[in-house]
Amino acid sequence: MKPISQPLLKVSHLSKSYGQHVAVHKVEFDLGYGEVIAIVGESGSGKTTLLKSIACLTTPDSGEVIYQSEQFGDMDVFRLSSMQQRLLNRTEWGFVHQHARDGLRMNVSAGANIGERLMSLGQRHYGKIREQARYWLDMVEIDPKRMDDLPSTFSGGMQQRLQIARNLVTQPRLVMLDEPTSGLDVSVQAKLLDLFKKLAQQLGLSVLIVTHDLAVARLLADQMIVMQDGKIVERGLTDQVLDDPQHPYTQLLVSSIIAA
Amino acid sequence: MYVAVKGGKNAIENSLRLLAQKRRGSLKVPELTVEQIQEQLSLGVARIMNEGSIYDPELAALALKQAQGDQVEATFLLRAYRATLPRLGFSAPLNTEQTHISRRISATFKDIPGGQILGPSYDYSQRLIDFSLFKDVQLEIVPTGEKGLTEPFASVMSLLAKEGLIELDQIPDGDPEPIDITRTPLKFPAPRSARLQNLIRADEGFLLGVAYSTQRGYSFTHPFAAEIKYGEVAIELKPEELDFSIDIGDIEITECQMINQFAGNNEQLPQFTKGYGLVFGHHERKAMAMSLVDRALRAEEFGEPIEAPAQMQEFVLSHSDNLESSGFVQHLKLPHYVDFQSELELLRRIRGQMKQEVSDE
Amino acid sequence: MNEIEQRVEGFNFAYLDEQTKRMIRRALLKAIAIPGYQVPFSSREMPLPYGWGTGGIQITAAIIGKKDTLKVIDQGADDTVNAVNIRSFFSRTTGVITTEKTSQANIIQTRHRIPEQALHEDQIMVFQVPVPEPLQDIEPLKAQTTKMHALADYGLMYVKLYEDITQFGKITFSYDYPVMVNGRYLAAPSPIPKFDNPKLHQSPALMLFGAGREKRIYAIPPYTDVQSLSFEDYPFEVQQWDHPCAICGSRESFLDELITDNDGTRMFVCADSDYCQTQADAS
Repeated sequence: MKPISQPLLKVSHLSKSYGQHVAVHKVEFDLGYGEVIAIVGESGSGKTTLLKSIACLTTPDSGEVIYQSEQFGDMDVFRLSSMQQRLLNRTEWGFVHQHARDGLRMNVSAGANIGERLMSLGQRHYGKIREQARYWLDMVEIDPKRMDDLPSTFSGGMQQRLQIARNLVTQPRLVMLDEPTSGLDVSVQAKLLDLFKKLAQQLGLSVLIVTHDLAVARLLADQMIVMQDGKIVERGLTDQVLDDPQHPYTQLLVSSIIAA
Repeated sequence: MYVAVKGGKNAIENSLRLLAQKRRGSLKVPELTVEQIQEQLSLGVARIMNEGSIYDPELAALALKQAQGDQVEATFLLRAYRATLPRLGFSAPLNTEQTHISRRISATFKDIPGGQILGPSYDYSQRLIDFSLFKDVQLEIVPTGEKGLTEPFASVMSLLAKEGLIELDQIPDGDPEPIDITRTPLKFPAPRSARLQNLIRADEGFLLGVAYSTQRGYSFTHPFAAEIKYGEVAIELKPEELDFSIDIGDIEITECQMINQFAGNNEQLPQFTKGYGLVFGHHERKAMAMSLVDRALRAEEFGEPIEAPAQMQEFVLSHSDNLESSGFVQHLKLPHYVDFQSELELLRRIRGQMKQEVSDE
Repeated sequence: MNEIEQRVEGFNFAYLDEQTKRMIRRALLKAIAIPGYQVPFSSREMPLPYGWGTGGIQITAAIIGKKDTLKVIDQGADDTVNAVNIRSFFSRTTGVITTEKTSQANIIQTRHRIPEQALHEDQIMVFQVPVPEPLQDIEPLKAQTTKMHALADYGLMYVKLYEDITQFGKITFSYDYPVMVNGRYLAAPSPIPKFDNPKLHQSPALMLFGAGREKRIYAIPPYTDVQSLSFEDYPFEVQQWDHPCAICGSRESFLDELITDNDGTRMFVCADSDYCQTQADAS
């Protein structure tokens, strides 16, 4: 029985620079089981670099990410072999990219997109793969009849929902989202977020979501982390931070929504 | 009763006989001599020495004769021959600054130390067919004075280097030996020594097309021809038994040094970057194309995003060898009837199944 | 019919120099030690063009000895022009006995077919391979496929199979059908029809694969598991014909389809010429 006091994800001293430019500077935070944390900031704040470092999509310069894995026990993610990292990314973790084309195979049917993880893990029954694909398309509110269509024939919102389905099919515990609603119409954004919130609660997901949109944070997240120039400047319960921001930068962010 | 066609062997023998006749052509016409080809088709000879990867103008001329003028077939003959030759040693790096110049030009400065020497080139001719060449040409031999340029002169690159305007040639960490792609299979990403070797023996047409693409927006290198020269250079070899190098002869080379888009960042002042081309014989088009592609393939070194085919190592280096490309394209002439039969059977089945499904509905 | 052509002077035995043969044999040993894994080797230019069997020729040249008996086939037949050319090359450079009888050969170099006759432990098959990389059509970059093989990450191939079934109702590989060797490496068996794939599984013979142009060697040692990829509910199936061979009457061999007149009359005949002859003689 896992000690509930241990966070699911413990990020310490994470840093990354691109040449002279410091993108992320000694970032630390914990993500608890079933918790949703929004990492907010403007572009250039380092929030996406932070997320991609945690997800092993890019290699940080220093730092540790300790994750409580179901398969490997508690481990430092960066000390894993490529093979183990890949496995983790296909089973316990999910990553939803900002642009669908980075997270989907655009030249392959929706069903194949969802089934890929299963096939990578050794699922060899075509009928069962399709059943699962049907199930998850339904869960993300895409008509299962569109299972054999290419993602390029889907609307932007549908593509993002397909990305979500592609990730959820292996029932991950941790899902990371990088600006999942940018580029989508406001009403579509709201629908997507509502759907994701529902699924996250249903499946007990732990979530890290990166966004520049405070409204997204307000809707989805329990906790909020505010980043500026690669550093965390403020953190706390979402409502508290938004209603009573302490750091001048946070105040600026919050006030600019009100103005708009 | 059907009897399977046999006699492939005889058919081949007849084909080879016909080939020999075709190659010789009409017996009323005097046979081409290897000497004639070597002397009077020297540019064609130069091309296949490079693609054949062996400096031997006489052998190259013979190959052209044997191949009826087909450049790729001639290249094939040279390469296959080269593959049988024992390796005697490695020369010292060529000292191209000591080239006995026949031609030397620069597009970057109006005048350069030593002057712009035009030498023999089609660049200044008008391409009007000269019908008088149907007959033997009466040539007036004017003494050229065998002058050439032998006094040391500053290369254009060295002038720019003095001001720090051009990147210095970096010795990679550990000073590794250059890779020989005929002994070590190419792996990607390939180091520059392997890439340059690949480019010298690359098919001229392919290389030219790829180089051209870099000038049309498929990667941005803004090239300037700093120095192009053609002449003779000495080959030095240090045999194991001796303590010193010996000059084993001269070869003709064409060298092209291109200046390209400057690169730099906050830490380092920007400098011009280089592209390099070196080929056997007089072969400017190839040397220039090589230098453009060399620079394009250095994209990663300068942190340039890799977006154009010319920048993609795997694309350029995997398709540059015309023996490989010609072989594989033409292999489609080989019998494929068993695989085709497989495809036929599959297609018939799929169609049958689909028709069945339609009629079932 | 067995033949010995006069060995031509001026070449080393089997044309390649001994250093090159050693280099190839080292690559072969590595390949046999890691079934299905593509070993890079520095392929030499041979007197036949790249794409026309230089990989197979280099392997045969590296392993052939004075006492060997060689058979060379293309599409299953001994007298197709490519087979004739290659057989002649080895005759001229080695002087070894060549044969058309599968049972009498101990080295069989082949393009696109495995003989119908069951092989035995003393035999070596040398396959001519055009494309050694089974993933090439779905991922052209070697930098990527090398990683996929290293991590046994073959999900992408199954995605392709899934799409085939979705679009066509069946897997659409009919030749060069991808196989899993020894449960570890995905391999391309060369453009043999899928009909021949079962012959690779647990074969008593040693199977060597050479791709000269692509510069890769791989191997399937004797008695190795070789599984053709499939789904549980869409199992692997081989080609079938409705007719027997018109010459020998066999219903068990791969048949060539021959068009015999302007009206398109068809005739089906064994692709494997030696097998057909043997069957016809027996009946």
